[in-house]
Amino acid sequence: MRLINSKPSRPVALLLAALPFVVVCVIYSISSELRLAVNPQDRLLPAPATIWDTAFRLFTEPERRSGQILLWRDTGASLFRLLSGVAIAAALSLVLGVLIGLLPYMRRTLSDFVAVLSMVPPLALLPILFIMFGLGELSKIVLIVIGTAPVMTRDMAQRVIEIPREQIIKAQTLGASSLVIALRVVLPQILPRLISNVRLSLGTAWLFLIAAEAVASELGLGYRIFLVRRFLAMDIILTYVIWITLLAFLLDWMLRALSRRAFRWAEASL
Amino acid sequence: MSFVSVRDVWQSYDGRPILERVNLDVAEGEFISIAGASGCGKSTFLRLLLAEEQPTRGVVSVAGGEGAREPDRERGVVFQRYSVFPHLSVRDNIIAAEAFGTTLGWLWGAPLRAARARADDTLSRIGLDHVADHYPTALSGGMQQRLAIGQALTARPRILLLDEPFGALDPGTRVQMHDFLTELRAKTPMTIFMVTHDLAEGFKLGDRVLVFDKPRWDPHDPGAYGATITYDFDARNGGIPYHHLMEKTDEPIHA
Repeated sequence: MRLINSKPSRPVALLLAALPFVVVCVIYSISSELRLAVNPQDRLLPAPATIWDTAFRLFTEPERRSGQILLWRDTGASLFRLLSGVAIAAALSLVLGVLIGLLPYMRRTLSDFVAVLSMVPPLALLPILFIMFGLGELSKIVLIVIGTAPVMTRDMAQRVIEIPREQIIKAQTLGASSLVIALRVVLPQILPRLISNVRLSLGTAWLFLIAAEAVASELGLGYRIFLVRRFLAMDIILTYVIWITLLAFLLDWMLRALSRRAFRWAEASL
Repeated sequence: MSFVSVRDVWQSYDGRPILERVNLDVAEGEFISIAGASGCGKSTFLRLLLAEEQPTRGVVSVAGGEGAREPDRERGVVFQRYSVFPHLSVRDNIIAAEAFGTTLGWLWGAPLRAARARADDTLSRIGLDHVADHYPTALSGGMQQRLAIGQALTARPRILLLDEPFGALDPGTRVQMHDFLTELRAKTPMTIFMVTHDLAEGFKLGDRVLVFDKPRWDPHDPGAYGATITYDFDARNGGIPYHHLMEKTDEPIHA
């Protein structure tokens, strides 16, 4: 039988899916073991048990000076920035996308501008944002918006244009105004796409968030990682990295579940 | 004064004529089939009737109105595909025909309940009451087209335009749709224009069959001239319009 036609059975499939994770863990454990055998003080690859202890401490024990658990405060601050940035970008891209996709005048005015804007490397704007909006929350949120909104806007506009002409004509013969077409024909059909856009741009948003926090911040997951780097605290860094990965995965999973639940009619395309 | 009148209509794209000197008068309640080869301008003609496009020259007027500049509620339309809204349930697709005309496109309270009752009436008339809560993607091609026709008629248009409405259906379903359309017409008289590739279908359903073709043809430049209505058949009584006259004259004359 050809390789392209042989499919794994269910238990084998599960095993295969788990395999890469197990391999990475095993390689890490062995490497860590080897290094610690040569030098017990080695900090580069802490033993899995050490990471576990550190993670437990980070999640449960409050800091002595402030009496607060830093990891949760970092998580709260970072999630606030991430979610407000992405939410603003999503709302912006939705409104602009519908306007550009539906109205020829808007398309002529904005589509080239948005295309050029999406070429600007957002991180290069970071110093300008810090100068304009200070080192507080605003500059970080604006960076995420600038980094994700233009690409999302272009995609939304494209989706609106791709709605079959027949549907738009049909709506007009039923007496729909431009507003009604936007609200009742276009909007419901591109909302599933908006959610998948948000899912895609969350990765980019994390990138900008951690970059901004690394450069100037007093709190946040990215800030903490770059802070403890100075002490070579690999156990803390790894804990934070795994935690961020987990958060990103959960956000993605929640958005997918929401999309499935809310847009039953579009199930096939999700 | 005819119900739909087309006066000396020309249509060209980028200087290339597609239609030239098209003249047509249609009485209220007539079923007009439009046939012709691919690219002969029959779909262009339908777009002019729909007011999706304006003719380069000439006037298309429906029910004595001025030439419309965009599609409106006077014109109902059913396309070959994409005629219903995939994100609305079958019932909501019918209700949309009433709701889309409001300022925000939604009905609430008593008007919504009334519209829902009327929609259920319509659905049982077109045989779709058992799938009222389904989404159109769950329906067969024939059911989707029946829904599209029901939706178009709910808006009470003056003329109904069908753009190869049964072109994507299998032959059996197509015959069922012919019966459905004939029945519907018997109950509610309406003026219909139908573009079709299938001449037999055109003659079966239509009162008149129009054929679009190019009266002038330059072999060195096939795009030089546009098409116009070259034949206008009377398709009533199975395409033999004077048959009944013969039968009448056959009777013995009593003085």
